[in-house]
Amino acid sequence: MSSPKATLEKLPRGVQILLALGALALAAFPFVPMEGRDFYLQMLTQMMILAIFAMSLDLLQGVTGLVSLGHAAYFGLAGYALAFLTPADNPISLWWSLPLAAAASGLAALVIGFFVVRTHGIYFIMVTMAFAQMIYFLFFDNKALGGSDGIYVYFKPDATAVGLDLEDKTHFYYFTLAALIGVYLLLRRILFSPFGRALSGIRVNEHRMRAVGFGTFGYKLAAFTLAGTLAGVAGYLWAAQTGFVNPELMGFHMSAHAIMMVILGGMGNFAGAIVGAFAFEYVMHFFKDLTKHWQLLMGTFIVLVVIVAPRGLLGLGERFAARKGDQP
Amino acid sequence: MRLFSLDLMDFANFLIQLLNGVQYGLLLFMLAAGLTLIFGIMGVVNLAHGSFYMLGAYMAWFFTAQFDSLVLAIMLGTVLAVVFGWLLEWGLFRFFYHRDHLDQVLLTFGLIYIFEEVRSILWGDDVHAVQVPELLNWSIPLTDTLSYPVYRLVMSGICVLLAIALYLLISKTRLGMKIRAGAFNREMAEALGINIRLIHGVVFALGVGLAAIAGMIASPISSVYPGMGSSVLIMCFVVVVIGGIGSVRGALVSALLVGLVDTFGKVLVPQLAGMAVYMLMAGVLLYKPEGLFKQ
Repeated sequence: MSSPKATLEKLPRGVQILLALGALALAAFPFVPMEGRDFYLQMLTQMMILAIFAMSLDLLQGVTGLVSLGHAAYFGLAGYALAFLTPADNPISLWWSLPLAAAASGLAALVIGFFVVRTHGIYFIMVTMAFAQMIYFLFFDNKALGGSDGIYVYFKPDATAVGLDLEDKTHFYYFTLAALIGVYLLLRRILFSPFGRALSGIRVNEHRMRAVGFGTFGYKLAAFTLAGTLAGVAGYLWAAQTGFVNPELMGFHMSAHAIMMVILGGMGNFAGAIVGAFAFEYVMHFFKDLTKHWQLLMGTFIVLVVIVAPRGLLGLGERFAARKGDQP
Repeated sequence: MRLFSLDLMDFANFLIQLLNGVQYGLLLFMLAAGLTLIFGIMGVVNLAHGSFYMLGAYMAWFFTAQFDSLVLAIMLGTVLAVVFGWLLEWGLFRFFYHRDHLDQVLLTFGLIYIFEEVRSILWGDDVHAVQVPELLNWSIPLTDTLSYPVYRLVMSGICVLLAIALYLLISKTRLGMKIRAGAFNREMAEALGINIRLIHGVVFALGVGLAAIAGMIASPISSVYPGMGSSVLIMCFVVVVIGGIGSVRGALVSALLVGLVDTFGKVLVPQLAGMAVYMLMAGVLLYKPEGLFKQ
């Protein structure tokens, strides 16, 4: 039995193959002729965006051990940034609006992080939630910021300079897929860098990390800012895809969903966050199609996950593999 | 000097807002007391606590429609809520006391879905209103145009009585002594022969009961609607965290504080009304990272 703070960092061969196959399947999907292709393309695009969002949270939750119940704030802020940047009569360039929107989220995370990373455990959960609620109500209560109705994003960002037409669903799909793979590779790289090792150390034992000379405050703040920035990338894509932002994007339920996706897949290795995001969304759509009373099934599903697979789907696979290995 | 002219109208307005703030605070306390006890004694983060409030309100509406009496509905609803809380603790929650907070968050988030759907299946998704009982359906006139509804005062009165009862229960009775012992040191209490499982069941049932009562007495002034649990839940967590997790006294002080800040925030700075309470919370935690009354 490994310690509860240990996470699955190095992915087993089976999971690596599964991920590669998954990426190939996603890349091949638009070529499959089928009815309602556009609908499924959009659904998959949304799942990929949520996977990016879940991975950004995993950097805090799974790697650093900081459970943020307000991560949606940074997701929504970049979406609003795109909404404000896009003029009413023509699209805006992708190349500077995406970095700007992500930077806006990153800046918010930096400022808020400065206050919240001083707290620990349940208090961290609650303070991140409090700040996210503040941002939520700031937008909710002020007509100038769109109010409770939100704002339309009339045009998708313009990337025609490199032959990418984001108004086209297939183009948008591939752009999101590229972003997903890019963010995944970046985060995996960070995970095994000295910075990532320090973050893991903070999760396992922050006092010891401080004792050996790490300024843990700076590391945690950097992780919080980076996670906020990447959540911003996801939020930007979400706003561009749906063409609409409203305060619910920053709300409590969105934050809770992100946590749910990360736990469902398995924490601390980013692959789990992707698996969790896809599984969570798939199960939700499945139940919604099945019955009007989908919430009952969804709730039961979540409760069962906690009871049966407390370390997520990847952890479940790992346990299964270990048991099989035990047998002669 | 406008500031010092004590206009009767202004004063009446101020009084109304003050009473509203206190009333809202007391209502929050009913919920937060259970939440903070459950957290302090069993170490469980219960996101589903708001659902008990919602279920209470729906029970009040349903039983009032059946028996034509809010008082009877509240009595019946309280009994059902306590039994429900007991069963929930016995059948599910007691297996999660030693689990990670994250697991508890996930579990209770799943329960929110389940409770919402059960509510939808049992009572539908409509918004309902509950009639204020005839006897209490009048107002105290303050000026020519302003008056204050008696029901709200009665509501506050009920909350105060229950708060006093809770205080007496915890600090003056044998059961309360055992509850405090369990909160202070679980293993030691067990070693001294206290049936800690029983205590856990009692505390959980008590928390559910209080939350349901809050929902029931609030039903005539706030309409009964789906999802009414989740907004109140977040407020309750704010109250619990400001007060200091596990402290009932802290919950009372911070509930009143939150109630007043929220009410006056809405009147004085409507643009920032929603934010005011969270600013208060962030401010308190930066100054006192473990809440005002950390045990």
